[in-house]
Amino acid sequence: MKILVCVTSVPDTTTKITFTDNNTKLSKAGVTFITGPYDDYALARAVELKEKLGASVTVLNVGGVDAEPVIRKCLAIGADDAIRVNAEPRDAFFVAEQIAAIAKENKYDLILMGRESIDFNGGQVHGIVGEMLGIPSISPVMLLDIDGDTVKITREIEGGKEELEAKLPLVLGCQEPIAEWKIPNMRGIMTARTKPLKVVEPTGTDVLTDVSGYELPPARGAVKMIKAEDAETLIQLLRTEAKII
Amino acid sequence: MSVLIFAEVENGKLKRSSQESIFYGAKVAGMMGTSATVIVAGQSDNSSLAEAGKYGASKVLHATDARLNEPNGMAYATVVAAAARQEGASVIVLAKSSLADAMTARLAGKLKAGLAANVIELPDLSNGFRVKSSIYTGKAFAYNDLKADTKILAIKKNTIAVEETDAAATVESFTPALNDGDFAVTVKNVVKATGDILLPEADLVVSAGRGLKGPENWGIVEDLAKALGAATACSKPVSDLDWRPHHEHVGQTGIKVSPNLYIAAGISGAIQHLAGVNSSKVIVVINKDPEAPFFKSADYGIVGDVFDVLPRLTKAAQAL
Repeated sequence: MKILVCVTSVPDTTTKITFTDNNTKLSKAGVTFITGPYDDYALARAVELKEKLGASVTVLNVGGVDAEPVIRKCLAIGADDAIRVNAEPRDAFFVAEQIAAIAKENKYDLILMGRESIDFNGGQVHGIVGEMLGIPSISPVMLLDIDGDTVKITREIEGGKEELEAKLPLVLGCQEPIAEWKIPNMRGIMTARTKPLKVVEPTGTDVLTDVSGYELPPARGAVKMIKAEDAETLIQLLRTEAKII
Repeated sequence: MSVLIFAEVENGKLKRSSQESIFYGAKVAGMMGTSATVIVAGQSDNSSLAEAGKYGASKVLHATDARLNEPNGMAYATVVAAAARQEGASVIVLAKSSLADAMTARLAGKLKAGLAANVIELPDLSNGFRVKSSIYTGKAFAYNDLKADTKILAIKKNTIAVEETDAAATVESFTPALNDGDFAVTVKNVVKATGDILLPEADLVVSAGRGLKGPENWGIVEDLAKALGAATACSKPVSDLDWRPHHEHVGQTGIKVSPNLYIAAGISGAIQHLAGVNSSKVIVVINKDPEAPFFKSADYGIVGDVFDVLPRLTKAAQAL
């Protein structure tokens, strides 16, 4: 079985986001970049499936050379090789186009990625890839098991979950609790240095969307403190002052 | 050129979030000098669907093929793409949901559309087509210029205040060709909480964290939620400990909510939790620790014991 895991390199979840260049660029000063937390779940499940069923795991990133530490970490966790498409990830369609081009060439049985990237939170890439390849896409996937050629999947929906069955090939957007995050061990880190990382140039030139600028949310007003012994006042304030109940 | 809105029905009625997307879509149609058409798939009746008129739509296309009675993102994308072609839609509007998310991506792929997710305002048409969206899980906003011929806007809850009129929309049956490939995934079972207010749709949310000390204490959270007509939610540690189901987990790696009211009891307010809730209109924080970081992001705060404060709030809410 051939598994492709698509990963993003994104600011750590604790990052205080700021912008530079007249609010047109993310300020990267002091920001730690990590593998997208949802992508980490996808990778962890791919490595588990490799150990259980036997599979090759390829990691794919669409990004600049500064994404390579994240890619090496994925190799250290257990992926066999990696491909970096040398381009800034412009929008979901562009990223999906790159993934689909590589998937058409290499015919993967399973394409896994996070349910969404935690920078733009679009949650669209898996579906667009599925459409481009003409295969089913499912997200957000909480459980994934493969039994012969039947794939059993649990997908989260509002207020519950759906249990699904499908056949390979599939594109899946993953989230917890599909697997426990894996931490690379020393042996993994050593072998990751020599695992193949291929750099390819992007395809497709259509510009469907373009970000013209960024903005930070306005600060909230000062908090109004209510004494615990007057807690009931809160309900009155929510009705008369905030007018929301 | 027209605006098409993908609406969802639940028990045959237009969902709350779809009422908002229809109203938003009709506003965009007004700005563009065109009309708003709604596309619905699945079981419903004409009088329920005609209610789309109340929110500004002039016409509803109803895809009635029995195979569409089960929600199916891939098949619905085929239906919406066919409706968009028939209507010559240049803008497609929908409200984010687990079904709409699955549908939208496939649709964007089919139509090669310019897509903006988590849209939080009406577009600015003064210079092209610009929309503001929430990014970095609510920590920032982006201004997106949509340049493709077809544009898709996935709007976040509470993007626009919905107003109703007495108008009714005309309802037409719609029978596009379906793809067998869209039905390749079989739904074996659906497990869904019944009778509760669903978190992503809720206007009011009561959420609690580790300060509740254990799942056996959730009764006081549920009581307050019931008294207010709110949904319940929880922090990530609570979901990780299996005190509450994952679909109640709010935060950076869980559900992102934007209700009118978010009450956080016994949650300290880590930046990852704030990210999932900071677009709520009003935030109330109840914590016994006056140094809890959440107070800095709150509109109202009570320093106190949740086991004392929550039942008293419940009583006060019941007395309203």
